[in-house]
Amino acid sequence: MTDALKRAAPRNPILPLRVPTLPPGQRSRAALRWTASVAEGRFELQSCHDCGQIQYPPRDACTNCLSIRLTWKPVSGRGDLISETLLHHSNELYYRARVPLRLGLVRLAEGVTVLTHLHGDCPVAKANESIPVRVRAHLDKAGQAALIALPATDTPNMADDRMLREMTSDPKFRKVLITDGKSATGQALVKAFVDAGADIVWAGLSEPWKQPPGFDAISKLPNVTVVPLELTDPRSVEDLAGSIGGKVDILVNNAEVHRAHGIGDRRGTETARAEMDINYFGLLRLAQSFGPALRARAADSAVPSTAWVNILSIYALSALPGQGTFSASKAAAFSLSQTLRSEMRGAGIRVVNVFPGPIDDEWTQTLPPPKLAPAALAKAVVKALKDGVEDIYPGDVAQDLFTKWQESAKVLEREMWDQ
Amino acid sequence: MSASDSPAHVLSGVLDALASQNLRVVDLSQTLSPRFPQIVLPPEFDQCAPFRMEEISRYDGRGPAWYWNNISFGEHTGTHFDAPVHWITGRDLPNAATDSLPARSFIAPACVVDCSAQAAQDADFLLTVDRLRAWEVQYGRIPEGSWLLMRTDWSKRTDPVAYQNFDAAGQHTPGPDVAAVEFLVHDRGVIGFGSETIGTDAGQAAHFRPPYPCHAIMHGNGRLGLQCLCNLDLLPPTGAIVIAAPLKILHGSGSPVRAIALVAG
Repeated sequence: MTDALKRAAPRNPILPLRVPTLPPGQRSRAALRWTASVAEGRFELQSCHDCGQIQYPPRDACTNCLSIRLTWKPVSGRGDLISETLLHHSNELYYRARVPLRLGLVRLAEGVTVLTHLHGDCPVAKANESIPVRVRAHLDKAGQAALIALPATDTPNMADDRMLREMTSDPKFRKVLITDGKSATGQALVKAFVDAGADIVWAGLSEPWKQPPGFDAISKLPNVTVVPLELTDPRSVEDLAGSIGGKVDILVNNAEVHRAHGIGDRRGTETARAEMDINYFGLLRLAQSFGPALRARAADSAVPSTAWVNILSIYALSALPGQGTFSASKAAAFSLSQTLRSEMRGAGIRVVNVFPGPIDDEWTQTLPPPKLAPAALAKAVVKALKDGVEDIYPGDVAQDLFTKWQESAKVLEREMWDQ
Repeated sequence: MSASDSPAHVLSGVLDALASQNLRVVDLSQTLSPRFPQIVLPPEFDQCAPFRMEEISRYDGRGPAWYWNNISFGEHTGTHFDAPVHWITGRDLPNAATDSLPARSFIAPACVVDCSAQAAQDADFLLTVDRLRAWEVQYGRIPEGSWLLMRTDWSKRTDPVAYQNFDAAGQHTPGPDVAAVEFLVHDRGVIGFGSETIGTDAGQAAHFRPPYPCHAIMHGNGRLGLQCLCNLDLLPPTGAIVIAAPLKILHGSGSPVRAIALVAG
């Protein structure tokens, strides 16, 4: 049984900081396609269009019939552990710090054998005996897809397994900054992270003279501390980073300005500028102030810094003309988040992008349902961190638009005119 | 005109008095800082940008030998000046914007009405004609062309939440009532009205009839406004001279201002 994770002890200040290392990150183009599906929370393997063979690892041609007509097929992950080994040595710095490692061969129900990490609670493999396991695909610290086999049924403290935690960003015992604790989504996020066992939740408070209903109750939840944070003010962002930047393990940037204007129905640019100032420049200011310490602390304890979450919008992918300036600001933030992801990658900090559809708050009053409840958004964010997923599209509208966007961004652009 | 009354002599006398501290300079301006709150409108309206400061360089790779900032703000940020064109009632007046107002209007005597005790008791305290007449009994008639400065000690509220003082019914800050504004404009001919709060009007002035009298009536009659003033408690009831010159913004409706007062003794 996995030992329950303990709250990280304060770091011994005279010992050098442990510097983050990464597992090997080079992948072929075929393997990157696999990583892409895992980043979105899907477990797919290559399937040959001609002979039907499922193969692993991903390659450019079918190992059975040499066809290059390969497609991707969802797999269940169910299989049998047929053998295992304990790795005691590696020349890779990342693995060197983590040996011994349990690795196993699992025969999946789809008929392919995969090499996978083994969760500590998987029974020991035995000759002539099949041990049922569940194989999961997750992103490793390098941001590439990797496999881990879990026991067939859940075990106590299963999420606390050492190797599984390398692939996930569970909020348990982590110190979390929610950049806007005031809004409906902010209040829901604060509550969700408290419920998920966060050690501290810092709830950012801008313009404290405007306090909406509910905020007072949220700020009194256990482990919640309200902190001043004006994303439009570089000094304010720097001041907060100076105060807690060296402690934040998960940063959730949910602050946004959301108005429902296109181009022609509002004169001037001041509201659009206010959206850009928070939704885009706010992210840039946060990244410059909080990014370095978050990167530096990615290996400093058993519960190190782990993730950066951006609450974007599905309209970052394809503009909703009735909310054109908002869509543009989210598209800018999405673009910047890709650079952030690339800069965070070296430390193994996961950048999670959240693309919700319309959220059921005061700025979507004229949009018909379905709309995403703030609590559902918050739940999806926590789940993404626990599952180690990189991009999520919570809610029916987001799912629908994302599917259409993947099929044809150009068709969707036309369809958005009538949304 | 005797030699001692000549303008040149008056000016050198001012300098002598400043040097000997027979004249004091009182700073009436709050520091222009990102921490200072800005006026809040309901969210469906476009908002006044708060004061913001972004570093251009600080003796570093962005500029090795110099430190400087880009600043941005709304015209009505920090301690600021309201020109008549700020309000729709003043839009057609001549010479009523920050660039066209005569520079002469930036220097004027001040009458300071102490409402600090009342404002401490009641955040919605309103300055009335009766209160102004009672002040005149004590200190004399309000001279034409003077500022009427309402001292409330509101500037001593250094916590922005207490300074803004919002609840679900909106803002609660003191200001003049409608009749007091009519009286000051039409019966006393003041140059303008100054307050320590975030606006010249009371926090609840949206519900007055007419709404926002200190904007609608003052500016409609070519009068000025000063708000977010401080140190009014250091001014005498009469006799101080206020110097408050807005930035010369082309057709500007107002401007942050470094307001100062010259005070005898």
